[in-house]
Amino acid sequence: MDYFAQQLINGLVLGSIYGLIAIGYTMVYGIVGMINFAHGDIFMIGGFIALISFLILVSFGLTAVPLILLVVLLVSMVITALYGWTIERIAYRPLRHSFRLAPMLSAIGMSFVLTNYSQVAQGARVKPIPPVITGGYTLHEGAEGFAVQLSNMQIIVVLATIVLLTLFTWLVSRTRLGRDMRACEQDQTMAALLGVDVDRTISMTFVIGAGLAAVAGMMYLLYYGQVDFNMGFVAGIKAFTAAVLGGIGSLPGAVLGGLAIGLIETFWSAYFSVEYKDVAAFSILIIVLIFMPTGLLGRPEVEKV
Amino acid sequence: MTALSHEITQTSRAAGIPFILKRAFFNALVALVLFSLMVGVRTEAGPDGQLTYWPRFVELASLVGIVFGGSVVIELLRQWIGPSGAERLVPPALHSGLSFLGRYLAPALLIFTLLVPVIFYDQRYILDLAILVLTYVMLGWGLNVVVGLAGLLDLGYVAFYAVGAYSYALLATNFGWSFWICLPLAGILAAFWGVLLGFPVLRLRGDYLAIVTLAFGEIIRLVLINWQSLTGGPNGVPGIPRPTLFGIPLTNTDDGLAALLGIEFSPTHRIVFLFYLILALALLTNWVTIRLRRLPIGRAWEALREDEVACRALGINTTTTKLTAFATGAMFGGFAGAFFATRQGFISPESFTFQESALVLAIVVLGGMGSQLGVALAALTMIGGFELFRGLETYRMLVFGWAMVLIMIWRPRGLIGHRAPTVYLKKSQAISSDLVKEGHG
Repeated sequence: MDYFAQQLINGLVLGSIYGLIAIGYTMVYGIVGMINFAHGDIFMIGGFIALISFLILVSFGLTAVPLILLVVLLVSMVITALYGWTIERIAYRPLRHSFRLAPMLSAIGMSFVLTNYSQVAQGARVKPIPPVITGGYTLHEGAEGFAVQLSNMQIIVVLATIVLLTLFTWLVSRTRLGRDMRACEQDQTMAALLGVDVDRTISMTFVIGAGLAAVAGMMYLLYYGQVDFNMGFVAGIKAFTAAVLGGIGSLPGAVLGGLAIGLIETFWSAYFSVEYKDVAAFSILIIVLIFMPTGLLGRPEVEKV
Repeated sequence: MTALSHEITQTSRAAGIPFILKRAFFNALVALVLFSLMVGVRTEAGPDGQLTYWPRFVELASLVGIVFGGSVVIELLRQWIGPSGAERLVPPALHSGLSFLGRYLAPALLIFTLLVPVIFYDQRYILDLAILVLTYVMLGWGLNVVVGLAGLLDLGYVAFYAVGAYSYALLATNFGWSFWICLPLAGILAAFWGVLLGFPVLRLRGDYLAIVTLAFGEIIRLVLINWQSLTGGPNGVPGIPRPTLFGIPLTNTDDGLAALLGIEFSPTHRIVFLFYLILALALLTNWVTIRLRRLPIGRAWEALREDEVACRALGINTTTTKLTAFATGAMFGGFAGAFFATRQGFISPESFTFQESALVLAIVVLGGMGSQLGVALAALTMIGGFELFRGLETYRMLVFGWAMVLIMIWRPRGLIGHRAPTVYLKKSQAISSDLVKEGHG
């Protein structure tokens, strides 16, 4: 039971990170209707920028951990968001009216570019950092000496996910930008005729998605204590699985799907085999798409001629 | 609508040097922020495991400078050529020249390919490269059935390549079966896996299908890595038998081909044999595809690519149509895999990564999705280009990625844009108004 509780906590934390990445997929798919294949690599870039800005701040002699984390968060969100904006501008916007496979292929190319770019710029080796946020609580002391631990880091990851999800649900449902986004999602031409700046709205979607991916990248860096240039691909596919599982186009769905994927992966590793955990995640993607293509909270897609 | 207004503002404002400079300055500023930490600072783990960093101002400054210069050049080119959206018409003289070239290029290329081992007999490197190119031509033609003809985006094609390679490797090393028995088996097994995957997922459309096939490709690779007792895991399968000429080995022994023919043995014989083997397999793929295109099933594939909903309305069974396309493509992938295994003599899961799938897909897309000649030329360009960049090993994927993006932007239909349906109505028929009157259908 204690073991189960511990895995539950670990799964929820992993799922929160997936959920943060999944929001980027789901928002872009909702508006532009394309799988932003490079989104996993944006997450990786976010992790790298958090790492580098963290190193610089520490070497300047800053010691206040909350201040460092706040600055690192802001820097990585801003720069990663700019990556998202640039990629949309260069690789996706010229293809918006092209045939339907073109943006997807362009995105695959962009994903290769980003992976290789960070490999060339920062080297192929794994970058470790010492633990920044330490400490935690022992929730339950088991009879066999197995204790259920909840670390402060895990609390921060889950809290950050909840706060950001609330913030962005508010943004999409209450603000002008959110209304523009929902309008573009329904009908871009009509939205443009009614005075919505479609280009700007789509750009903002990419910017927000990349910003959230940067948060996920920073959380990953702090939680696992390392980043490497190759981590975007698998994390990206799993986050996309989460987005599909939750129902693509739905923000709470993305987080729900992320939590589900995180839990399944953790429990699979804990009770079956670690080697096949990715196989489990990918199989879920296939099974969900076959039996429940609209996901948990999605709306059915209407086929039109 | 928005695209149009965007275009107008762009062209009307696109006069004058201040505008160009402003734009280039803006781009350089964006580049400065983008590269500031990723390029301007280099991190590396020190001897005691602690990360250290050092600044790289020169690299950062030169990159920003390149972006600035590049933006100026692009803006100037844009003004010089005109608005980017405008379609430039091909002059008729050039057009007829191109069609003349198109008619004779394929046979000329085929004759040249047949003569390659004769011309380059002494150059082992060129022969090896030619075999590699032909392998990708075959893979491209195989995937072309799925992507180019049926219009199904398959990101996991390498899975079938892997199934073919491992089928041959395991059957040959465990049971000692010969290449010629295993080749059809490898194709059948790959086709079987194609159907197995295809049956449930082919109800999906477009992007979803792409991501599922990608997941499937990864699952196959992960299983190959982890199922150590069968596949040898990351160590792969060594000692795969070389192919024989219908039982006659190409070795320096008394029963070898050289001894039987009474000529002096040379290791090049095997390379030449492999060359003609893959050429024959590739041509078989091409021939089958061309024939299939003229059968009802091929027509159905093309109809499916053009409009799935209309297809269903016309009573075409889309599931069967997609399945046959998937199975046919997978079978050719399996053949190519078996050939790959016998050529290498050693296979490991590392050869079957997502990058391979993307490379084959890029060949098909670059070749114009559906054009057989285009795919062959694209394979030659891509693999040849990869060889040219061999010295820049670390930058290879960077160049490859940018190439994919730029090709999509400039020529989304590929180098040889050929996607016209094989059959279409020659003249438009006038339909009498009596026939279409309301209430008469």
